[in-house]
Amino acid sequence: MTNMKVEVLDRRQFVVAAGAGAAALIAGISGANATPEKAMALMTKLTNGGAAKAMDGKIKVDLPEIAENGNTVPVKVSVESAMTADDYVKSVHLVSEGNPAPEMASFHFTPASGKANAASRMRLAKTQNVVGIAEMSNGKIYMSKTQVKVTIGGCGG
Amino acid sequence: MAKARVKAPKKAKAGDIVTIKTLITHKMESGRRKNKKTGKLIPRHIIDKFTAKFDGVEFFSADWHGAVSANPYMSFSYKAEKSGEFQFIWHDEKGEETVKKSKITVA
Repeated sequence: MTNMKVEVLDRRQFVVAAGAGAAALIAGISGANATPEKAMALMTKLTNGGAAKAMDGKIKVDLPEIAENGNTVPVKVSVESAMTADDYVKSVHLVSEGNPAPEMASFHFTPASGKANAASRMRLAKTQNVVGIAEMSNGKIYMSKTQVKVTIGGCGG
Repeated sequence: MAKARVKAPKKAKAGDIVTIKTLITHKMESGRRKNKKTGKLIPRHIIDKFTAKFDGVEFFSADWHGAVSANPYMSFSYKAEKSGEFQFIWHDEKGEETVKKSKITVA
C-alpha cells in the first residue's frame, strides 16, 4: 500500500514538472511574441492548468486585421465539432494580451447549440494578440492566436 | 433599464440550426474611464452574464468582462427540434435583469 502511494505522488510531481517544462518550451519558441504573464495566468486559471498542453487547430477566431476603432471590434469564434451529446465544445474563452485586464469573454455551449459559433464586439486597448481557447467535452483544449492592429484604443484613459 | 432587441426566427424545420442575434443598450462602463471634468474614475458597471434558454433549459451562456463593447451584441446558434419559447436573460452587476422572449414554431 505505502509503495503505491509513493508512486502516485511521483507521477503527479512528474506531471507538474512536465507541464512547467512544456510552458517554458512554448515561451521559448514564441520569443518576441510571448504571451504576457497576466494573460498566461488567466489562461491557466480558465482551463484548470490545461493551457500548457493546448493544441493548435479546431478553433478559429475571426478578427479584423486592422481595427480602426478599438471600442468596438467585431469578433467571431467558431470551433469544429459535431456538437453531439458526447462530443461537443463546452466553452470558448477570449483572452487579451494587451488590454489592462486580460479577461474578455467566455462563451458556454451545449449540444443544443448545434454549432459552436458565437459573435460579439470587443474593446481592444492597443495592437495586440487575442487568444481563443476552446474547451471540448472530452477535456481536450485547442488554442489560436490572432493579431489585431488597433488604430484608436478603446479602454478609456 | 436596458432596452433589448432579439432577432430569432419564428419558424424552422426540425433539425435546422438557426442563428439568433441579440443586442442590448448598456454602457458597459469598464471602470477605467475618467470623468473629464473631475478626473475621477467612473465606477464599473457592466452586464456580466448573458443566458439563452429554450423552454427553461439553458443552451448558451456568456460571461462578459470589461472588454465587451458598449451596447453588447451577441449572436449564437440553436438546433431547432420542437416548437417552444426562447428566453434571453441579461444579468447586470447590480443584480438587475432584463428578460426577452421569442416563440418559434418548428415544423
